[in-house]
Amino acid sequence: MEWEVVIGLEVHVQLSTQSKIFSGASTAFGAEPNTQACAVDLAMPGTLPVPNEEAFRYAVMFGLAMNAEIGKRSVFERKNYFYPDLPKGYQTTQLEKPIVGAGKVEIHLEDGSSKTVRLHHAHLEEDAGKSLHEDFHGMSGIDLNRAGTPLIEIVSEPDMRSAAEAVAYLKKIHSIVTYLGISDGDMSQGSLRCDANVSVRLKGEEELGTRAEIKNLNSFRFIEKAIKVEAQRQIDLIEDGGKVVQETRLYDSDKNETRSMRSKEVANDYRYFPCPDLLPVVLTDEYVDIIRGELPELPDAKCARFEKDYGLSAYDADQLTQERATADYFEQVAAKSGEPKLAANWVMGELAALLNREEKSIADSPVSAEHLAGLIARIKDNTISSKIAKQVFEVMANGDGDADAVIEAKGLKQVSDTGAIEKMVDDVIAASGAQVENYRNAAPDKRPKMMGYFVGQIMKASKGQANPQMINKILKDKLDALL
Amino acid sequence: MHQLTIAEIIRGLREKQFSSVEITSHLLERIQQLDGQYNSFITVTGEQALREAAAADARLAEGNAPAMCGVPIAHKDIFCTNGVRTSCGSKMLDNFVPPYDATVVDNFLQAGAVSLGKTNMDEFAMGSSNESSYYGPVKNPWDLERVPGGSSGGSAAAVAAQLVPGTTASDTGGSIRQPAALTGTTGLKPTYGRVSRWGMIAFASSLDQGGPIARTAEDAALMLSVMASSDKKDSTCLDRPTQDYTANLKDSIQGLKIGVPKEYFGEGLDSEIGARIQEALRAYEKLGAELVEISLPHSKLAVPAYYVIAPAEASANLSRFDGVRYGYRCENPADLRDLYMRSRGEGFGEEVKRRILVGSYALSAGYYDAYYNKAQQVRRLIKQDFVDAFQKVDVIMGPTAPNPAFKLGEKNADPVAMYLEDIYTIATNLAGLPGMSLPCGFAHNLPVGLQITGNYLDEARMLNVAHQFQQASDWHTKAAPVAE
Repeated sequence: MEWEVVIGLEVHVQLSTQSKIFSGASTAFGAEPNTQACAVDLAMPGTLPVPNEEAFRYAVMFGLAMNAEIGKRSVFERKNYFYPDLPKGYQTTQLEKPIVGAGKVEIHLEDGSSKTVRLHHAHLEEDAGKSLHEDFHGMSGIDLNRAGTPLIEIVSEPDMRSAAEAVAYLKKIHSIVTYLGISDGDMSQGSLRCDANVSVRLKGEEELGTRAEIKNLNSFRFIEKAIKVEAQRQIDLIEDGGKVVQETRLYDSDKNETRSMRSKEVANDYRYFPCPDLLPVVLTDEYVDIIRGELPELPDAKCARFEKDYGLSAYDADQLTQERATADYFEQVAAKSGEPKLAANWVMGELAALLNREEKSIADSPVSAEHLAGLIARIKDNTISSKIAKQVFEVMANGDGDADAVIEAKGLKQVSDTGAIEKMVDDVIAASGAQVENYRNAAPDKRPKMMGYFVGQIMKASKGQANPQMINKILKDKLDALL
Repeated sequence: MHQLTIAEIIRGLREKQFSSVEITSHLLERIQQLDGQYNSFITVTGEQALREAAAADARLAEGNAPAMCGVPIAHKDIFCTNGVRTSCGSKMLDNFVPPYDATVVDNFLQAGAVSLGKTNMDEFAMGSSNESSYYGPVKNPWDLERVPGGSSGGSAAAVAAQLVPGTTASDTGGSIRQPAALTGTTGLKPTYGRVSRWGMIAFASSLDQGGPIARTAEDAALMLSVMASSDKKDSTCLDRPTQDYTANLKDSIQGLKIGVPKEYFGEGLDSEIGARIQEALRAYEKLGAELVEISLPHSKLAVPAYYVIAPAEASANLSRFDGVRYGYRCENPADLRDLYMRSRGEGFGEEVKRRILVGSYALSAGYYDAYYNKAQQVRRLIKQDFVDAFQKVDVIMGPTAPNPAFKLGEKNADPVAMYLEDIYTIATNLAGLPGMSLPCGFAHNLPVGLQITGNYLDEARMLNVAHQFQQASDWHTKAAPVAE
């Protein structure tokens, strides 16, 4: 039997507004517990919510970026449930009339293919606080700093068919919100969180299988693993004659398994009703048009432009445009060095490896775009070889000046002096009698391959600084002269 | 001195007939001597009042005093007062001291008024008799065996007993007008959104509205001029400039068209009350007004619709009282569930629990459309009735309450009988219209209230209409006998 996995995602994105969605308290992360919660966030008696216009603007920006309908008249509702980190005893959210309606987004997969994922809707809501279960001697502590932070909850249609597609979709959402600058997208701080609805069905079936909702997936890696393991669990269950129950499950990353949450939590009746403290929010076409006019270039447009203007492959352009900071960095390097293809290779190659190794974001890159451009310029003008450039790059990564300073200080300048190279070639040929003999006896079409040995020896002798094009030419001339 | 109206006090203070400290001390003494029998105050802030009065006297001496400088008032204990316990009549908030002032409280502070304390009320403003207060029932100054009405029973009784010339109050389904009627005082519920709800503890957010209770329409106008404001802290507060509600008091009401809804004089109305209302309408005719019979066909649906919408909103509004951050917390909770169940079980009274249950039920899956949605549809019909009526008339008049003050305990066993006491007042809240009650005589030796309902933001005209009646009658000057 061939199974098909069906996935829909609910993504919560914290909006990076200065203040909360219904109060003036700051939204900054990491403050001492309960120091960024005002009377409204604490749900003190008699306090009232006042909507933050910036949150609406951000939500509209997102809607436009997702090619979605904008809710011209959106309504906040109360979602009622008791939990200690939910101060009012209800969450103010949207249900029937969300700010963002149906839309769609293109995702790019590693095999180079693309796919459209439909957006069901996205709505504005407030975040809850946090319950702290450690250090309180059997009790729990409540931190309400996060309570009231604006969120958009982005609900997709069940359009994804593999964990890889789900991750690609999530990366696209991440890319869009960071491009728009409406969220820092930092998953480790919970700025972007994801619930996955997963079901399986036999390939060719029309009807959806019963789904399980996996809660609170906080990294791309966990999302991929959780979906895979949950899908397999469902397949195994059905193949063993069992039935999938609709329920909420938690992913345990240590054991790489999903576990059922208590069914009581699923059976909540949230008793939604329109929040009488907040009036419906009406947006004019003019307001939406102004925001539309202010939208930055989005990933898809940037990707297309990179392909066209810089002559990059679709894959490279996509890689470089997933994160706005990377794209901006690349464009600086390309402009300053005048070598877009080299710039792309370096940004995706050496630089990416460096950042990965040092666990740094491109914003904190030890090598500035300007320094990298300077390095590429030296490759281009043959001051150094690509191989030496890697050494220079490593030195620059330690913060020891720009490419010229490093080349100068370490004496890494490429040797392009014909006389010096000829001498090195002569020395190597003289010391390699057996190899020269082989070369002479070989069939002509085998000979180019055999030159590698000599080049290697010459490079070694020059500590990598000899100009490789010149070596090749002089060496070939000299070897051929021996035939 | 306690017989003085607010208008007379303002004049007396400016003419240096007496000081704010003098009248404040006099009223504080009176509260101490007499309020034991009425129980109209939950908290008396004597020291603070005298400090405020002394400061007011200094400003009066300087000659730059604001409108109500030095005038003693009291706030319903639903309005948050910075540093002063605000209980909302509930055990749940018996220990609650807000770190902020309600906008209404702040407006009176800015106007220089002196607060004597916090008045008693039905728990969380849920009641029509002031018997559901954690601090015990309020007694009607006209007859101590009878209720003063509710939920602003303390605010009304304190004015009727001449302990204070004016009080703030709130009205969700009649909580200003019905106690005003039952105590012979003048109360006004403004248009929804005219007075800020910031800091006024919510019962039913789409219906709650603060307003004044005083002895005369003129005093109510003076108070409303201070209370009404636009407020960025309340999204439902109207963004309209404030106005001087005393400006039109003296206007002639010649040609005024008074709508008299036939539905307000049917079964259930005490016949003596009906007679007093007819007499008042005749008096208006003498003042040059024209009576127009009108119909509000959906009137009978107001009480049932209200008792779905108000409890539904309340069920969510009262969820914040969970024993976690402030207010009552049960002793030694075993776990989270126990904390919730016992804190709320022990902290809330019977009527509050009843309404939370009703409201939760009306909103629950499978019942939402039949109850909450249907009630909202009815609400729109009721509003449309009034919109249609105000095409033809300037104000609408009728009885405020179907019965005069009833005996303590009389309606406790029958919640529905109690709810029906608000049969004439509730529609006004559902429609968001302004309404007021003013004394128009006696039935069974107890005060009778005439209700005036106005068009949206037409408070100035209503106050004019009420003032003209009071210029031609003396019902509002009758003092409760026990208050002498």
